[in-house]
Amino acid sequence: MISRIRAIAFNTFREAVRDRVLYNLVFFALLLVATAPLLGEISIGVQRVLLINLSLSAISIFGIVISIFVGISLVSKEIEKRTLYPVLSRPVGRGEFILGKYCGLLGTLLVNTAAMTVGFYIALMLMTRDFTHSDANILIAVYFLFLEFVVIIGLSLLFSSFSSPLLSALFALSMFVAGTFAADLRAFAAMAHGPEGWLARAASYVIPNLASLNVITRVSHDQSIPAALVGYNTLYTALYATATISGAVLIFSRRDLK
Amino acid sequence: MSRGSTILAVLLLVASMAASVVLVGTIAAAYPSSPMEDVLFVSSPEFVKRASLGYSGLLADIYWMRVVQYFGRKHQRDSMEYKALAPLLDITTTLDPNLVVAYEWGSTFLDQPPPSGAGDDAAAVALIRKGIRNNPSEWHLYFTLGFIQYLGQRDYLGAAKTFEEGSRISSSRSWMKVLAAKMLTDAGSLETARYMWQNIYNESTDKNLKQNAELHLACLVVDQEIPQLESVVSEFRPRTGHNPSSWGDLIASGLLRVIPRDPTGTAYVLRNDGHVVVADWKKLPFIQRGKPE
Repeated sequence: MISRIRAIAFNTFREAVRDRVLYNLVFFALLLVATAPLLGEISIGVQRVLLINLSLSAISIFGIVISIFVGISLVSKEIEKRTLYPVLSRPVGRGEFILGKYCGLLGTLLVNTAAMTVGFYIALMLMTRDFTHSDANILIAVYFLFLEFVVIIGLSLLFSSFSSPLLSALFALSMFVAGTFAADLRAFAAMAHGPEGWLARAASYVIPNLASLNVITRVSHDQSIPAALVGYNTLYTALYATATISGAVLIFSRRDLK
Repeated sequence: MSRGSTILAVLLLVASMAASVVLVGTIAAAYPSSPMEDVLFVSSPEFVKRASLGYSGLLADIYWMRVVQYFGRKHQRDSMEYKALAPLLDITTTLDPNLVVAYEWGSTFLDQPPPSGAGDDAAAVALIRKGIRNNPSEWHLYFTLGFIQYLGQRDYLGAAKTFEEGSRISSSRSWMKVLAAKMLTDAGSLETARYMWQNIYNESTDKNLKQNAELHLACLVVDQEIPQLESVVSEFRPRTGHNPSSWGDLIASGLLRVIPRDPTGTAYVLRNDGHVVVADWKKLPFIQRGKPE
């Protein structure tokens, strides 16, 4: 089973890396990282803060765009090109197929994020000509961004398992936006009573809690991130991703592919 | 596609783009659009923060750049109005409450009298107090607040209290305590002002801040020298029965040895009425004495 998932994941990774859109996104992100020092010149006293904010935001935005737009096409492209049928005619389960696709895109995002992070650190070193303990702290923010991608890819796959690519993109994007307001929704639920309150509370737990995964502004000011938060976020992401992938496997297993 | 067609397409592309750039310039010159720099399309800081979708740090940096550019443009034109400055700073610091530089510089931009700044002491104090609420361990913010209370509002008691509060922060400098004491005993003197600017100069790592402190120190030199020179002129008058017509008269009488020069290296101007002024006060914008009327 593991070898079959690995084979699908590797193929997905290879296919995604070959995709020109993916290269363009990475190139653009690196370009943004390179322009950060220039932007700092037209401001006062925020060169380092700006470089961190701009670079990590670029990594986040491009990662999310890749997660959504590549994630929703993972299944639909295979159906459209009819390449799914020869795969499923072999001893490969639908669950293994979904899991392989998920791991493949996760690997792609890991490589992309790592490349962009290396680019960011080169820019930071060129600017500050120094490496401090707080610079290493930024890696935690990058790790959290990657956790964000883990969640978003899961959601993209879940939606694409039962919906058209356009609708899946719309759903995934909406979940991302709603995820940034999860805390507000919980606060609203606490104020509301009766069925509305229950509904708001349920919705606030269904949408991903992305706010706690975004610590870009905090690391830009050298504020330390508690180790407990790293643990909680990792656990939360693992649980949420497991839930979404399980949902995707359940739906895709029952989907009529004729 | 043939080679000829490719060349033609490339030429057309380049020519069309170049022509459109020229045309845009012509249209802008013929029909200038109304100035939009004082217009804030979204004025609610909370709304901007919500709309940032978690990228509030990056948006704060962009707003801070906008503040700097807005202030720079207005300052360059000697503008007497900085309508959008306070709201822009409010949005910036709501987006990123830890952006200390925005409180420090922003309050200075707001505090300085026009055309050097907005001349809005109340907004400057409100901004820096917001900064202290969000960053209680930043002694720089206490210093900036005390500075505004001292030089902008002439509230020496308030300044003394602020410097004292700031001096209790562990990372604070020892001269904050001295400043607190000076506010109570010798606040109005040039010596106190010099002490403060000298410490700002020594403490600053930012090139612009250092230059600003240097300029203030130079202006304090003028404020000190002009009364001294006018006193020399007043000594000349009883001896001759008239005001000196030039510095040469004072040198010839032995009251001066050389032509006095301001810190920019330009000779002071001796007016017929015996008053001494600087030749170009715009090079020394913070002087209190010696401005030509």
